[in-house]
Amino acid sequence: MGKVDENRSPAVRARGITKSFGDVAALDGVDLDVAYGQVHGLVGPNGAGKTTLLGLLLGLAVADGGRLEILGTPVGRTLAVPGGVAGFVDGPGLYPSLTARQNLAALASLGRYDAGGATGVDDALEQVGLSDVAEDRVRGFSLGMRQRLGLAAALLTKPRLLVLDEPANGLDPAGKHHVHRVIAGLAANGAAVVLSSHRMDDLAALCSEVTILATGRVVFSGPVSKLAAESGELDYRLLTSDPAAAHRLASETPGLRVVPGRDPAQRLDADALVVRGPVPAVDELVVRLVRAGVALRELAPVVTPIEAAFLALTGAGITPAQAQEERTGQQERTGQEAQTGQEAQTDQENLR
Amino acid sequence: MTATVTQPPVGVRPAPMLPGYRFELAKLLSQWRIRLLLLACWIAPAGFVAAVSLQSSLPADTVFGRWMNATGWAGALVVLDFSCSWALPLLTALVAGDVFAAEDRLGTWRHLLVAVRSPRRIFVTKGLASLTVLLLLVAGLAASGVIGGLAAVGNRPLAGLDGHLLAPADAAATVLLAWLCVLAPTVAFAAVGLLGSVALGRSPMGLLMPALLALVLQLAQLLPLPVAVRAALPNSAFIAWRGLFTSPAQTGPLLIGIAVSVVWAVAATALAYRLFLRRDFTDLAYDGSGRRVVVAAVLPLAALVVLTVGVIAVATPATGSGIEKGKLQDSLATAYAHLYRLQTRELHRPDVTEAQLGASASCDKGGSRVLDRGPGNDWRCVVSWHLPGASAVGSAIYQLDVTADGRYVADGDGPKEVNGYFQVRTPAGDAPNPLWQFDGNVDLLASTPKE
Repeated sequence: MGKVDENRSPAVRARGITKSFGDVAALDGVDLDVAYGQVHGLVGPNGAGKTTLLGLLLGLAVADGGRLEILGTPVGRTLAVPGGVAGFVDGPGLYPSLTARQNLAALASLGRYDAGGATGVDDALEQVGLSDVAEDRVRGFSLGMRQRLGLAAALLTKPRLLVLDEPANGLDPAGKHHVHRVIAGLAANGAAVVLSSHRMDDLAALCSEVTILATGRVVFSGPVSKLAAESGELDYRLLTSDPAAAHRLASETPGLRVVPGRDPAQRLDADALVVRGPVPAVDELVVRLVRAGVALRELAPVVTPIEAAFLALTGAGITPAQAQEERTGQQERTGQEAQTGQEAQTDQENLR
Repeated sequence: MTATVTQPPVGVRPAPMLPGYRFELAKLLSQWRIRLLLLACWIAPAGFVAAVSLQSSLPADTVFGRWMNATGWAGALVVLDFSCSWALPLLTALVAGDVFAAEDRLGTWRHLLVAVRSPRRIFVTKGLASLTVLLLLVAGLAASGVIGGLAAVGNRPLAGLDGHLLAPADAAATVLLAWLCVLAPTVAFAAVGLLGSVALGRSPMGLLMPALLALVLQLAQLLPLPVAVRAALPNSAFIAWRGLFTSPAQTGPLLIGIAVSVVWAVAATALAYRLFLRRDFTDLAYDGSGRRVVVAAVLPLAALVVLTVGVIAVATPATGSGIEKGKLQDSLATAYAHLYRLQTRELHRPDVTEAQLGASASCDKGGSRVLDRGPGNDWRCVVSWHLPGASAVGSAIYQLDVTADGRYVADGDGPKEVNGYFQVRTPAGDAPNPLWQFDGNVDLLASTPKE
């Protein structure tokens, strides 16, 4: 967490926020506190109300009920959030026929803030690693490059509250690194960041606190460490030198049970074993494996604690194993997107 | 812990208007479609006018087309006439009809709203930017047509729609005025484009709305509608500019047309503004709706037409189609007298004045069983005149094709020496016969003269 003034009101204070679209209650009594210097994760299944909440924080809509204070200012009508709030929902809004620099320069010219003119634009591009494509039209940008440019646009405003919706979408590892560094840097300098993502690894890496929404209600809000405790028993995947012996020892270890059924990770390694139990039981299994002369090559939770908690709290109706399967697929897709992004970037470079 | 965020909260202040306008302009001008349109509008008319003016076969079915090889100013008016029919409504569709829808397609509304903080300013800057681009396009059409005509044919006098000659300076001023007058209906169509763009979102129907309106109104103008209805349509000024090229100018229909256009522009813009401010930008699936368009756009504009028809019907003397035998006879006789003088000059005969000629016309439509009023190609007129010092009265026959908008083409039917042949033999060789075929224009709103 960055440096904060404890005497100040939080960057975001929401109490009992409600918002409906027709008969559908998108938000139902949501409370949210986001402190300065904090990266706050917002997670929830599709339709949980994340985008609606982010829209309220950006001033794009107004709550039907409850009280919302942003940067210490009560917000009661549309587009009335105070200056210093920036970000994007449902992807960054960029104009494909303009270059990256033109997009940012136009935004800077609209500014109610000191964007630092051309220098500010250059700095923002530099921060997200897009300086070398500054004069290229956004039309040729990959999804990841657009995400980074959207972040650069938000940075221009020198935000004190940054609201980002899936900022890591389509990012290759290098782009992800840029984005993480920028977000962490902003928080370190005292800005509050509200981050919505389906990528639990991103949230785990960046957020000090998370709020989990399900069907418009908050089912958890607090530190990530506390969330991990909510996850209960986790599934762990083991790779050993003797799978048969490991299976037998796991079955004999008190408090631990071998997860039956298909392990999605077996697509990668047929010798993998998945067990479920508390951490002390897993420790005991490791000791027994060592004593039995079975080498332990890999031991890792099938899903992260934050993801397990998310699944438990939102009642998403899928097992951690299914989550792992989905995640594996997601990683493959992300790899493809990253490759596409890299190819697009290469094309850009070739064009130059 | 110490605070590093020390700036006080900044008040809610929308983005300034000028940068917003420049941003919208930059977005429009960065589109290839707009760039190509600008290029086409600034180059194509010049090429067209220059090429056609140098040919022997001229577009005589277009107003002033038959004069294209006589004066450079005719080319600019042919471009104007064509633009009023198709080009200007299409340009408004492509510029104003897409200026809001483009944000829907790109998914940039939220970004723009967060940046500008004021839907009102977004609306104003988008409207002004699209108007600026439209003005650039119209200026291109006008300038290019004039340059092409003057370069190919030269700065010569122009025969008006009543045959009187406008000196080059007067022709230039009147052509410019005509282009300025059609800006009013252009802005009205642009406002309809804005309305379509706001109401229909990313649907291509929004883009088509001005073009569709233009097509419907074109068809309506072809019908023998009562003159009050015709004048109440927002494209009436696209036709009424022709009245500037008579002496005296037929300003009634033009002023009414401009007023109607302004009312349409204000009404459509206000409707678009109201719809825009009421829009829920959190609804990503927004794509307009047929019901919304009918209730918020079509019905109010239809009501406006009814209201305007009522006002014009009460305020003007003309009834029916506005094409009456008396008005047609007056118009034909006047045009004949002016053009007779032109022919006289071509033939190097002693000049006579219109008053000395005392030309008159007697017209009949379709024989005795048809009423002598309304449009049609069955008007037959006999023009009579007499020369000073001569006792005999000359007469010439014309077949008239009168269209519902008041324009007519008089086709000479003899005698051959006067109006029966397309050329006359001058001391310098053969020259076009101005009395053979000519265009005229009836003031539909004028009161019928006593016969």
